[in-house]
Amino acid sequence: MAEMRKNWGLVAEFDNPGALLEAAHKVQEAGYRKWETWSPFPIHGMDDAQGLGGSKVPWITLGGGLTGFTIGLTLQWWSGAVAYPLVIGGKPLFSWEFAVPVTFELSILLAAFGTVFGMFILNKLPRPYHPLDKHPEFRGVTDDKFFLSIEVSDPKFDVHRSKAFLEELGGRGVTLVEE
Amino acid sequence: MGHKKSFTDDPKVDPALAEKLFKTGIGVGVVGLGITAATLAMGDDGRHQFFFSWLTAFTFFTTIALGGLFFTILHHLVRASWSAGWRRTAENLAGNLPLMAVLFIPILIGLHDIYHWTHEDAVATDTILQWKEPYLNTNFFVARAVVFFGLWIAMAMFFRRNSIKQDESGDVALTFRMRWWAPICTLIFALTLTFAHFDWVMSLDPHWFSTIFGLVIFAGAMMSCYASLALIGLWYTKNGILENTLSKGNLHDAAKMMFGFTVFWAYVSFSQYYLIWYGNIPEETAWYYLRFNEGWGWVGVAVLFGHFMIPFWFLMSRHMKRNRTALAIGAGWMLLMHFIDLYYMIMPTLHHHFAPHWADLTAVLGMGGLFVAFFARRLKTDAVVAYRDPQLDASMRYDNV
Repeated sequence: MAEMRKNWGLVAEFDNPGALLEAAHKVQEAGYRKWETWSPFPIHGMDDAQGLGGSKVPWITLGGGLTGFTIGLTLQWWSGAVAYPLVIGGKPLFSWEFAVPVTFELSILLAAFGTVFGMFILNKLPRPYHPLDKHPEFRGVTDDKFFLSIEVSDPKFDVHRSKAFLEELGGRGVTLVEE
Repeated sequence: MGHKKSFTDDPKVDPALAEKLFKTGIGVGVVGLGITAATLAMGDDGRHQFFFSWLTAFTFFTTIALGGLFFTILHHLVRASWSAGWRRTAENLAGNLPLMAVLFIPILIGLHDIYHWTHEDAVATDTILQWKEPYLNTNFFVARAVVFFGLWIAMAMFFRRNSIKQDESGDVALTFRMRWWAPICTLIFALTLTFAHFDWVMSLDPHWFSTIFGLVIFAGAMMSCYASLALIGLWYTKNGILENTLSKGNLHDAAKMMFGFTVFWAYVSFSQYYLIWYGNIPEETAWYYLRFNEGWGWVGVAVLFGHFMIPFWFLMSRHMKRNRTALAIGAGWMLLMHFIDLYYMIMPTLHHHFAPHWADLTAVLGMGGLFVAFFARRLKTDAVVAYRDPQLDASMRYDNV
């Protein structure tokens, strides 16, 4: 046998999104903290069922937008009115009117970057390997399968009791996955 | 998903409540417009003031009703499900278009007092107006207004009648029929809304033109439609009407759309200003010159901040859109701003120096009374929600993330 691997957690399969949602409610009520649901598509009400608070992404979006706004405005002011003053079309060296399009576009661009990359970072993406990849049935999660996992690092985790709990909730094929 | 909800509310409003609202509205309307009419006895200045105040109030409520019409068309056009709970309310707003057609009559009477291009002596010495005469002449203007109102009322009645028919029969074929007409109605709506406001508002300064003007009006119209829906929805649920139908998610949706159109309004308004500022051609800048001087500049700043900057931050967060008090303040504020925006477009033609008049206020209050009264009249007779809409279930189940 090769080196000993640590256990990552338990994973159970559920029949449909409704069953998964119901199970999620109960896992949350049972007081588990480090657990996750897996499905091919977003399930309405799952955020509440998992007790997830509001996302932090909007704040990153806002930060990106404000950064873009500031850069867009100062770039045009500094380059047009300070570093290289040049009268174009009889317009002032700087005015808020002509600064709007670039400022607006840059705000949108950086807000969008903030949203996408902020989501990546908060989700710890890209992640080339995840313990669940080893689970034989798990690749069906991108198609028609629904899973719920509880991690070993959860303070309430106990291999036997948690396994029995997941089976009681209707989870099938409850498996212990190694890291 | 596991949250299957079915319609459990009473689709009818307590007739006594609707009756009370109807009577209050009529009372406010008669008193408000009566006081406004007193200006007619105050010589030429008073008469001018009356017609301009009337036109501002008229445009305000017409755009709200048109917003309701387009909401209905849009619902069918894109086969929306989220808006099913709001659809009847929007249909009822559009149902006030016949009222607006009646309220248009004073404008026809005051044509000579409102529109410079109706003065033959002015046209005789003005090449630009002579050039525009094939379009801007009294007969064609009146004919166009008749066509605009005719088409609007026909569309509003078509959607509302079929919708009410569905209340009785539950026939899904009616939904398909309305969907079939929606794309055609969209085209008609876009053209009539644009040209109506070219005629009624833009031609106040007949030398000036802006091709994006219709879009600015459209943005304000849709924004105030969603603001009105939000306020009506808050009023309904507060009075125990449609409590289980109009969910928090539905109110949130109306608020989102209102917020979206606030931003869209800023986008198109700035686009209009930006090109004129850049081009710097006298016949185009004249419109803004008038609105940047003699006290009007401050109104412009108030519109910029009140219509966009402040609500942009106020309404941005999810929390504010889902909070009933915050939404009520936001929606009421946006309606006020839509009025000030129209005031800023219309009134500088009369008062080159910013001069608010009490008739501006009484006209909008009076017309608002009538608008509410005729809205309430519909509540007495028909269901307040299209409760057999095949998508109502989906709209009730829906919740925003």
